[in-house]
Amino acid sequence: MSWHIAALQQLVNGLALGSVYALIALGYTMVYGIIKLINFAHGEIYMLGAYFGFYALTLLNLSLLPAMLLSMAAAALVGVLLERVAYRPLRNSPRISVLITAIGASLLFQSTAQLVFGASFKPFPQAMPFRRIQLGPVFITNRQLLIFGVAVLLMILLHVLVTYTKFGKAMRAVARDKEAALLMGINVDRIISATFALGSALAATAGILVGMYYNRIDPYMGMMPGLKAFVAAVLGGIGMVPGAVLGGLLMGVAENLVVTLGSSTLRDAVAFAVLIVVLLFRPTGLLGKKGIEKV
Amino acid sequence: MVKPRLTGLIKIILLLCIYGVVRLLESRGLLLPYHVQVLSLCCINVILVVSLNLINGFTGQFSIGHAGFLAIGAYLSAFLTVKMHVPFLAAILCGGLLAGLAGLAVGLPALRLRGDYLAIATLGFGEIIRVIILNMEAVGGAKGFSGIPKYTTFGIAYLTAIITVVVIRNFVHSDYGRACLAVREDEIAAESLGVNSTYFKVLAFALGAFFAGTAGALFSHYLQYMAPTPSQIGFVKSIDILIMLVLGGLGSLTGSVIAAVVLTIIPELLRGFAEYRMIIYPILLIVVMLYLPAGLMAGRELSLDSLARLCKGVKSSAHYS
Repeated sequence: MSWHIAALQQLVNGLALGSVYALIALGYTMVYGIIKLINFAHGEIYMLGAYFGFYALTLLNLSLLPAMLLSMAAAALVGVLLERVAYRPLRNSPRISVLITAIGASLLFQSTAQLVFGASFKPFPQAMPFRRIQLGPVFITNRQLLIFGVAVLLMILLHVLVTYTKFGKAMRAVARDKEAALLMGINVDRIISATFALGSALAATAGILVGMYYNRIDPYMGMMPGLKAFVAAVLGGIGMVPGAVLGGLLMGVAENLVVTLGSSTLRDAVAFAVLIVVLLFRPTGLLGKKGIEKV
Repeated sequence: MVKPRLTGLIKIILLLCIYGVVRLLESRGLLLPYHVQVLSLCCINVILVVSLNLINGFTGQFSIGHAGFLAIGAYLSAFLTVKMHVPFLAAILCGGLLAGLAGLAVGLPALRLRGDYLAIATLGFGEIIRVIILNMEAVGGAKGFSGIPKYTTFGIAYLTAIITVVVIRNFVHSDYGRACLAVREDEIAAESLGVNSTYFKVLAFALGAFFAGTAGALFSHYLQYMAPTPSQIGFVKSIDILIMLVLGGLGSLTGSVIAAVVLTIIPELLRGFAEYRMIIYPILLIVVMLYLPAGLMAGRELSLDSLARLCKGVKSSAHYS
């Protein structure tokens, strides 16, 4: 296989991985846009989503779609509870203490999962038979197609929700100016809860998709992807839905191309190197608008 | 008000007493080697937290990549003592200097960023350092660096911790430190009063990195084994340091020292409940943040003066009752 076909193949793989990053990044970016918090526990919600999906498939013997929906609902509940218990009381505190709380929540989820689900990895049940489809010079698996399909569908749904519904309008209003939104009669608390629910549901889907893709889940699976998805959100311009998608896809592709070019251990560094370069030249991310600083 | 020269003397005596008591208890067998080990780790963590406080607490730059500097100091010094047979003290100094240089190199471009962007850039920098080390065969690569001699004694760790605290305390109280505080409070106002904010930010960053590097040198010669994992030199470690800093209170040196010591000892005490340790610890963290969002010391300092005042207050209230 010559190098450009290999590169093309990695592009396909990268897009699949990238859409997972994008799904996680969407949760980060929505939460950041609305309450300016880096929700460090988001990666753990993705991990919990994968476990919920695992138990729905194995214990409850559900098929893929109901299992996914159940896991999304459960993860949404966890997200809403997290915000209610840990973040809401701190809404007017210094941002760093909320950040530390988020880190604490992340550690708590991780160790609880380790205690409840066991520290070793679990093989994820294959809800659909494995198939490889040849597409010109490259191969694409049906799992990758599933990832693309689900990710694109959810992104379109989210876009419609944010742009065209009354709820989406309220969400954007809260992100723009919380006090003004409150004065206009928007229930800010409810909008924030709903944002957490939405973001968590998306992360749970990503968790199940990755579980199926890599065939395994473990309590630490949320750490690195969570971090990288956040980087992806920053890369695209944090607080913006299209930015998260763009950042996620770019990140996935960049990582896989580096794997083709050389060492796979360098792959984690690439994500961050790209981030630093982008931040230096476009500090607000690729799609970010530059705000004027007022004194 | 206690006289300055007198307080200085009292402090020196107190510090010597602590060292003497530890040594005495150790020789009497009341402190096991394990306990002394934990105390050395306390000192290393004090250095890390106090140096991060200079960056995050006093200069207001939110860095979460402190473990990157620790890693540089740890690996360089270990490389020097193991492969080059350099004396330990020189190796500590070299580790610190290279970490400081790295701080300079990272600080110059990165400190153009603000707030969360700076945070994520420093985090990224820390991870890049870790991955570079992971790919360096000369220091063991992914297998880790083993066979590092155990040079870190309680005495050296204790002395380095004291030097760090004194240097950073004096820095903070100098003109430079005041400029850093001005940058923290309001960068634009500080700039308009003629403070070169970039200069002071980078200075604080490099100085903090230097001390993190020395702590790293002590750390690698304490553990005798370095592995390029997130929990040892990656973002998990950075976050550990950050948690200690925030619990102690940003901008409080005594808070940093207390938090570093307490949070090093608590996990050791919870070792008996190994299974639940990792659950109790984060819950503790969340509860403290919910009820004490500014940290234990909340920007105040514990000093002999305040202690004296406290004692007097207790005495005078005793008079009235």
